[in-house]
Formats: sequence, C-alpha cells, structure tokens
Amino acid sequence: MNILIKNGRLVDPSQKIDGVYDILVAKGKIQELISHGIKVKVQKPLKNTVGRRTENRELITIDAEGLLILPGLVDMHAHLREPGFEYKETIQTGTEAAIAGGITSVCCMPNTSPVNDNATVTNFIIKKAIEKGFCDVFPIGAITKGQKGEELAEFGMMYEAGCVAFSDDGRPVMDSLIMRRALEYSKIFNVPIISHAEDISLAAGGVMNEGLLSIKLGLKGVPAQAEEIMIARDIALAELTRSRLHIAHVSTKGSVELIRLAKKRGIADITAETCPHYFSITEDAVEGYNTNAKVNPPLRKKEDVDAIRKGLKDNTIDVIATDHAPHHRDEKLGEFNLAPSGISGFETSIGLSMKLVDEGALTLNQLIEKMALNPSNLAGLRKGTAKQGADADLVILDTHTEYTVDAANFRSMGKNTPFEGWKLKGSAVITICKGKIYDIS
Amino acid sequence: MSLRSKDLLGIKELAAEDIELILKTASGFKDVLGRDIKKVPALRGRTAVNLFYEPSTRTRTSFELAAKRLSADVINISISTSSVVKGETLRDTAGTVQALGADFIILRHPCSGAAHFLAKNMDASVVNAGDGTNEHPTQALLDLFTIQEKKGVIKGLEVAIVGDILHSRVAKSNIYALKKLGAKVRLIGPPTLAPSYMKELGVGIFSDMKSGLKGADVIMMLRIQTERQGKGFFPSTVEYFRNWGLTAERLLEAEHDVIVMHPGPMNRGVEISSEVADGPRSVIMEQVTNGLAVRMAVLYLLSGVRA
Repeated sequence: MNILIKNGRLVDPSQKIDGVYDILVAKGKIQELISHGIKVKVQKPLKNTVGRRTENRELITIDAEGLLILPGLVDMHAHLREPGFEYKETIQTGTEAAIAGGITSVCCMPNTSPVNDNATVTNFIIKKAIEKGFCDVFPIGAITKGQKGEELAEFGMMYEAGCVAFSDDGRPVMDSLIMRRALEYSKIFNVPIISHAEDISLAAGGVMNEGLLSIKLGLKGVPAQAEEIMIARDIALAELTRSRLHIAHVSTKGSVELIRLAKKRGIADITAETCPHYFSITEDAVEGYNTNAKVNPPLRKKEDVDAIRKGLKDNTIDVIATDHAPHHRDEKLGEFNLAPSGISGFETSIGLSMKLVDEGALTLNQLIEKMALNPSNLAGLRKGTAKQGADADLVILDTHTEYTVDAANFRSMGKNTPFEGWKLKGSAVITICKGKIYDIS
Repeated sequence: MSLRSKDLLGIKELAAEDIELILKTASGFKDVLGRDIKKVPALRGRTAVNLFYEPSTRTRTSFELAAKRLSADVINISISTSSVVKGETLRDTAGTVQALGADFIILRHPCSGAAHFLAKNMDASVVNAGDGTNEHPTQALLDLFTIQEKKGVIKGLEVAIVGDILHSRVAKSNIYALKKLGAKVRLIGPPTLAPSYMKELGVGIFSDMKSGLKGADVIMMLRIQTERQGKGFFPSTVEYFRNWGLTAERLLEAEHDVIVMHPGPMNRGVEISSEVADGPRSVIMEQVTNGLAVRMAVLYLLSGVRA
C-alpha cells in the first residue's frame, strides 16, 4: 500500500527543506517529494479536514493542508521498563505512547531487571520490540555489569546484538578509572558513552534541588555542583581519551557553561542533551510535595532554565530527549522521599518543545535537528530525515489547536507528569513509522 | 473560634493571628490543668489516633494526655520505620485508621511532607507531630507559649537557636513562628549544621557562641544527634561541647534574664551542661507542661473547623 501525503508543510533540516510538498511513500520508504514550488503559507486547518484520509486499493491519500510534517522524532533517552518492571510500562505501551508523541525511534536505557548489560537482554528487547512495538527501538547497553560501576559490561557482544550507545543511566560511573576504560573501549565501535552526571557522594541521597525551597520543605537538597563536578570530570576524561562523550539530561547553568567551553576547545567529541522539564519548569513545581515533580537530576531554578534555553539556542545542547520515566501510580502516591524519580515524558515532549519555537527560544529547524536529526546521527540510526529512500518515519503535527494535558489520556502506563492541566499547542495528528500509519486523534 | 484549615501541618501554613489564637486558647486550658479536676468535655465522642512512625515519648504522651483531658478517645499506633518501606503504605494505614472513625490523625513520620500528603488524602484532621526535617509545629507553639509566659511579649526579642539547625524540624518551626510574631532570630552552630545559606530564611548566622549569644533574651538548645558524629558534620562530641555546648560561663554573654529552652531529650555534656539544664535560667520542664495546654488548644480549635 502506498501513501500520498498532500499539501503539508514539510520541514526537514537534513535536506534544508521548508515548503509545501506532496510526499509519496512506498514499501515503507520515502519514494518521492514533490514540491508545490510556492512560498510557505501557514493557515489554520479547518477542524473537519485535519488529516482527512481517503483510500483506495493502491493508495492512501492524507490531506495535510495547514499541517506541519517533520521527520519522525528520535528520542535517545527513554525508559521502557521491560524486562522486569512491566507494571510500570512495557515495550508495547511505551512505544505506543512514543508514537502518540510523534516519536518513531526510541533509544531505551539499560536499567531494567535484569540490567541490559549483556547480549541476551539486548536480544530480548529487540525481539519484543519487533513483536509488540509500535515504533523502532534501539537499546542502550550498560557501561558496567549490573550498572554497579565496577567492571565493564560486554560492549562488543551488545554492540553486535544492536546496542547503539552505552550508559549506566540512573547511576553515575563513580570510579574515574572505569569511566576512562569505558571511553577508551567504546572507540572500537565508534559509539558514544552517555554520562549520567551525578556525584552521588555529594548528592548524598538528596531528593530535590538544594536551596531555600529545599530548606523550607525540609527535603534533602542536591547541589548543582553534584552534576557539574561529574560533567567536568567526564569532559576531562573524554579529552584524555579523545573519545565520544554524550552528557545526558543537563539541568544546570554551570553544566551548560562547562559543555560550551569544552566544545570550544574542540579536543573531544562532546555532545549534550536536555529534557523538556529542564527548560519548562523550575523547582517550584515540587511545592506541596508533588511527587510528579520528583526527577533526577532535580528541577532547578529559573536561571538554570534560562541558561538551558540559551544553550539550546547556541547549540551547546545538541539534543532534546524525553527521559521518559514512567512509574506506577502507587509509587508516586506517598511520601516524597520514598517516591521514585521520573517523569512520563513521551506525550508532552513535542508540545513543550514547540512552545520554545512559539516563544522564539528556538527556530523550528533547530528544534527538528535536536529532536530528530542530531540524536539519530549521534546514535548512528540513519533516521531523522525524509530523504528519498529513507525509512518513511514522519509525524504530521497540528500546531494550531490548543489542547490540555490530561495524564488520564496518556497511552503510557505512567501517568506521572508535572504538566497536568497545561495548555499546549503542537500535537501529532498522524505518525507514520516505516510506512505504517498511526492515527493519533 | 477556630482555625482556617482542618489540619495543622506546619507553622509555615499559619498566619500570625492563627498562632495568637492558639496561644490564647492554650492559656485557658492551662488554667484547666491547674484545677483539681483536669478534664473538660469538649471532645467527648471524638477519637484521636496517634500514628507514630518514629519513636517518641514526650510528644506522643503529651498528645495522648491532651486528647484525654478533652475527653476524646485515644488510640496509639506505633509503627517501626522499617515497615515504611516494606509494609502497608502510609495511605492505606491512615485510611484504615480513618475508616475506624478517627477524627484526628496525629502523625509523626520520618519523611518531610508526610502530614501534607495525608491531609490531602484524608477527611480526618491531620496534626503534624513532626515530619522528617520539615516541621514540628506544636513544639514551636509550646515554645512560643513558654516565651510569652516568661517574657510577656514576643515581638522584639532576640532569640538564639543553637545546634543542628539543618536537620531540626523544631528549629524550622520556631524560626517561622518567631519571625511571624516579630522576634529576631539568630542561629548558632558549626557551618556544617548551621550553613550560611540559611540566611535566606531571614535570620542571622553565627558559628561562634560568644558573639552569637551576645544580648540574647532566649536561648533554644537543640538536641545533637550523636549518630551524626563521624558523618563529617563535626569531628567528635567532645569538640562539639567545647565549641557549642551551653555552659554557665557562656550564659553570661546573654541578657541577665535570659531563659534557656530545650525540646528534649537532652544530651547532657554534649550540647548543654547539667549546671545550665537544671539551673535557674532553665524553663525546660515548664515547656513540657505547657505542651499539654498547647496541644489541647490545637485539637480543640481544629475540632471547630470540622464541626
């Protein structure tokens, strides 16, 4: 079955395209892009024509007039929870939620049970994703066995099985020598080591940002320096080893500055990501002991949010990832100290990120680079593009209609969001993954 | 006469008028406690449950007796901290207690915000009897009551709080309460336990006793949790006492009519010398007595909100 998407505005930084195109999809690949050859006209779609579809035996036609078409989004930092924590999320529900958020490729972190620190677990995840998944899944392997920070995991065998990067996400590699070895050894495969930057001795069991608010709430604080010290260390190690280092979930102003300086030096290949919650909200969201705002690293202050936005703008931060971390309702319904950290992020990511474009903090091109092209290039996925011959991964967005975030409607099993009730614009109407059409509305 | 909220979660959440109302009401109950028959029927038919997830003698006993003096039925439930992680959830335990007809849940819990969480999820009045390192509002109220009794007026007083401020819910509640009623507060302790960033609470910070105690009208000593020794907060209890222990000699730095308070339990020879604890400036035992009157006032005023 072929697909023709007509009249939509296609923006694809990989081809420097921004215009109205008809897109022909055949056999799961982008077959042809036909330019309308006219200047972009953005107009509000009529409600009843949004994503209207007609089909006959050979061709499904989607009318995307007034809608925005992007390469399918690539999320290089998410937790799908399977195997081991299927009560929080499964590969099936997680990828369904991703599709609802316009995400067609998900890189999943290894902190499952058992940990994805060997090829058997990697194979299981990939097999499960093929059987049950709605979108493509690319596992990230653990740096150390059991994520204990002691011995390197089997990078080579995991790489062969399909791992696209290595990370002990959720935990730092505290031992500098082990981190050095990981950076060195990963060079064989030319994959990034993704650093969860947290000095756990300094973080000392803190549960929110350290400052006046943490004192007032009587909650143990984590200073920004717990993140910055580790980023500084990992940059130093990457420069020592000339390896690829990717900094996960940047949350502080100091971190942005460290990364900016390191990039300027240009000694090592250093990249960085942040998440929508770090450029959208501050520690104030924790007030009232809101466990849905408990996340690691913690939400910081306005100056940090501003610095992260600036870091996105000047491309110090290369990637917007969700750090989708679904948890069971019961786990978040209780004492703040005892609740697990994490935000269910797949289904709010594009809306929150489009807000950056609306507010002029980022161009649409930059946004797509950071949410599709850059993460794809970093993880070597050959995604994030609508080039002829590429996998037909596309998201058709309605950027006009305002909607209200309602976790009850999440496809994800994790309803843990601090954005409940937020009014956002920018939602996927149709997501296409390798030619398969998912109608979101 | 009643408070505005069904719960007493912290001093942070109270207005100055609320605090004054509680103190005034407590004063009436203190008279009751001086009578031959120390009981009033105010809460007859009501049930108060002491739900304690941390060991406590004086606070639990004080709440129990306060409820009994008001003719309420009282049940004590003690749950060891270990079962917080493994056993029934706080919500389920409290839900059970409420289903049994509790009107008041008096909660002591190691996690900050535990009382706030319960208050949101329960119809019963929740009284915070100490949550983590957040607040211990009835302790601050009884401290204020004692200060007012001794000094007449709280506004303008110089109050020094000494010791492990960082981990002390008593200190936090007192800082909020004292500032709301117009007292000036300074904190004294090693910078690891009285860090300079606490200045943002609108208080002075001192790391040496001599200058910190100068001109103090009230000294509140805090219990040093000796288990913090060796965790890097201070090197030894001996060194701690040398620098921050309250001795008769150091007391001379304060005003001549200074009063010395301690929420208990005391570590004699660690944060306070016996000479001072048992000396003429000490009001430590009176604090305990006043605690009863203050807790009666709190329960009584909260019952008015729910009625």
